[in-house]
Amino acid sequence: MARPERDPLTGQWTTGHSWDGIKELKTPVPVWWVSTFLISIAFSILYIVLNPSFPSPAGKAFAMNPVSTREGLAIRLEEAAARMEGMNARLLERPLEEISRDAELARFAFNAGRALYQVHCIGCHGPGAAGQAGQFPALVDDDWIWGGTKADIHQTIRYGIRNEDPDSRQSQMPVFGQILQPHEIDQLADYVLVMGETQPGDARRTGHPAHALFQQQCASCHGADGRGNIEFGAPNLTDAIWLYGGTRAEIRQQIAAPRMGMMPGWHQRLTDAEIVALTVYIHGLGGGQPPRPAEPLQSAAAATGSSQPQTPAAPGAAG
Amino acid sequence: MSQTNDRAAGSGLGDAPPPGAETAAAGKPLLRHEVVEKSAPLMLLLTLVSILIGGVVTVVPLFTIESTIEPVPGVRPYSPLELAGRNIYTREGCYTCHSQQIRPFRDEVDRYGHYSLAAESQYDHPFQWGSKRTGPDLARVGGKYSNAWHEAHLINPRQVLPGSIMPAYGFLARREVNPEEMAAHLRTLRRLGVPYTDEMIERAADDMRAQANPFDRNLAAMRERYPKAAVGPFTGPPRSPMDQTPVRITEMDALIAYLQVLGTLAEIDRLRPEDLRQIRRTGASPQ
Repeated sequence: MARPERDPLTGQWTTGHSWDGIKELKTPVPVWWVSTFLISIAFSILYIVLNPSFPSPAGKAFAMNPVSTREGLAIRLEEAAARMEGMNARLLERPLEEISRDAELARFAFNAGRALYQVHCIGCHGPGAAGQAGQFPALVDDDWIWGGTKADIHQTIRYGIRNEDPDSRQSQMPVFGQILQPHEIDQLADYVLVMGETQPGDARRTGHPAHALFQQQCASCHGADGRGNIEFGAPNLTDAIWLYGGTRAEIRQQIAAPRMGMMPGWHQRLTDAEIVALTVYIHGLGGGQPPRPAEPLQSAAAATGSSQPQTPAAPGAAG
Repeated sequence: MSQTNDRAAGSGLGDAPPPGAETAAAGKPLLRHEVVEKSAPLMLLLTLVSILIGGVVTVVPLFTIESTIEPVPGVRPYSPLELAGRNIYTREGCYTCHSQQIRPFRDEVDRYGHYSLAAESQYDHPFQWGSKRTGPDLARVGGKYSNAWHEAHLINPRQVLPGSIMPAYGFLARREVNPEEMAAHLRTLRRLGVPYTDEMIERAADDMRAQANPFDRNLAAMRERYPKAAVGPFTGPPRSPMDQTPVRITEMDALIAYLQVLGTLAEIDRLRPEDLRQIRRTGASPQ
């Protein structure tokens, strides 16, 4: 061990260690580094004391701030619910049809519904609610498969379509490729196209070779005039709006091996008030329909109190 | 160099040895580093003691709890088809862009649903929590979209979400999965602690075919073994009950079956807040 000495080049002291004549400088650690180190230690102690990071025999973490992340979340969710409680309660109390008469409430519902739409609905129905051709229906037009009144829309959002929920809207179009002959399906596809160009009773309809077949196989759901029936989610076949395509080949394909849309129910993901807000938003996109005359006005709370009767499956539908 | 010398000269350091250089060696045995540094056994012993202190502080608190996983009703092992889909999810590296971990923050709970619980990934080997969200969290994506949406989205994400930057996975629809090899997967997972029964392993291939076909005669048995399993067809048009041809199960079917079960098993509605705590050794289980 050599004696510490001053290094002539740097002016610093050596440690006195010497390895084969190589000596070690004892340059002090910079002040900024030492102070950062000490501040870090002080911060870590403060952090442990302020936050629930230390176990205790009581099972509850000891801390100046005793709120865990989960408890903090519950508090913040309650705060948020409390802020919107007044509006949400009004949304649930008012009959669906009367929400638009309260300008403030209608604005709240529309904006809340739009925010919810952006998160939950946009994937299928698209950013502008125009749907996806060949996949998911548009919500901006007034052609509704399962009905376009506020009550219809509310029911559809709440329970969905053809999902596992027994309250969801149910119907099934038979696989006519397994029931009818190929030439019959060809004729039916042609008849559907003719219906789009003619009025009921037109000679081109009644004289069509598939007229009787349509009345026998299709009319129970799509109606004798082909205008559809929202009870069964059977679309109108006489307009120019096609979910799965309106060419002869696409119509033929849909008869032979029908595709049927499935929509999830939202009552387990969204609150009752959120579903009402979404209903108001979607109804207000442009295609919303007024209530049917026979429909009594009722609030969302009353409508969801009892499960809605299911629509029966189409005749001949497979279980 | 001259500058350095000037600074050193100006710093007030004289030719006298710095304090501590010799005084420590003489008078304060605790600070005599060279004693430790020159003795390998002493150095090893003191290193071991330091590490032990850290280890004890980290590990001992865990001895007070029975399990770090809160028991949650409803969670079951994956069905063979879901498991095949999970393997594809892992193979394709979905976890690099999608997390499966909803954190207990209000913005995440509002968007994705109840925060994730440890039990929900207790049968994941390896878990797919992920650490980065280029796409959304998938912990509760099950049931949020229809099978048709998943199919369209996997074939071309831009078709349903115009701004998506997710790669297309259409090739999954052209690759078939083999039900016969699933029993080996189940057996392997059982060795890792997943409670697959002998019956589940024996019927793995049948269960896989049943889940892909809503008219399969083994469907009821499959659903009994794997409650809440989503049933196909996961891709293509609805299947006719009169169709007797064997179901062709693709990797896309398996992946969609897996996505449709994510986050749907835990019966979170039945949990009370007080149940969501690590179970203490002395405490009673909520089940």
